[in-house]
Amino acid sequence: MRLLTALLIGLVFGSGIAVSGMIDPAKVLNFFDIAGQWDPSLAFVMAGALAVAIPGYRIVLARRAPAYAPRFQLPETRRIDPALVGGSALFGIGWGIAGFCPGAALPALGTGIPDVVLFVAALLAGILAARGLKRLPRLSPTPPSA
Amino acid sequence: MSVATGFTPLASALGGALIGLAAVLLMALHGRILGATGILSGLMRGGDGADWRLRAALVAGMIAAPVAIAALTGWHPDITIPVGRGAIVIGGLIVGIGVSFGGGCTSGHGVCGNARLSRRSMIATLCFMATAFVTVYVTRHLIGA
Repeated sequence: MRLLTALLIGLVFGSGIAVSGMIDPAKVLNFFDIAGQWDPSLAFVMAGALAVAIPGYRIVLARRAPAYAPRFQLPETRRIDPALVGGSALFGIGWGIAGFCPGAALPALGTGIPDVVLFVAALLAGILAARGLKRLPRLSPTPPSA
Repeated sequence: MSVATGFTPLASALGGALIGLAAVLLMALHGRILGATGILSGLMRGGDGADWRLRAALVAGMIAAPVAIAALTGWHPDITIPVGRGAIVIGGLIVGIGVSFGGGCTSGHGVCGNARLSRRSMIATLCFMATAFVTVYVTRHLIGA
């Protein structure tokens, strides 16, 4: 039951990515292309998601515990550090180059398009590379909270 | 290369609402943030069995979504990749490194973190949106023009 609910949540998320258009790199890149063929649709994706998640989280987090776990696991760090700012800035550069973010690429993987497989392979390689870089003493790690 | 795409406010808002619903359900049932970076990162780390299986089930559901939609409705989402293979690989690597240091991506910071009104997530979102706008301007209008 626990795993089945996770599978269904993945399906709802993936359907949202597909229906919203986030799954289409052409649409994502056009959102960022204000000087060109601007397609403002993705602003509506974020607005739709937050319109549900802000009140939804408020209701859920007022409860004592989730249904299938002893407690809510929320990120505890509040530090605004160079890893957060630099890492996020870097992510935006990669997003602007390829047109995929991780949450859009996973549902897109289900279509079997070779370029999507290639993107996910590169993404995983990047995550592993970052894990190696974080072991270098001068780079302070930020735990992947989200 | 750029391809024209149609403005789809209703479908996009509806899809966004489904993404938000998935995030709320995962918190309500399993007490977790629905962030693709955190889920993938934990999946690659291995670790304790039950935790790993939960992440694997989430990812399996995500990957199965377009297949399930096509089977039920016959609809296939448009996916056009307007960049070359080199950009896919370089972009993927940069995204992987960036989200690992930044501790999240569009789903974790952009949806879940912002929905919790986390200051870290708001700053992360401003950073990645800003650099994505600049990057597309540079690749399409300065280099690729």
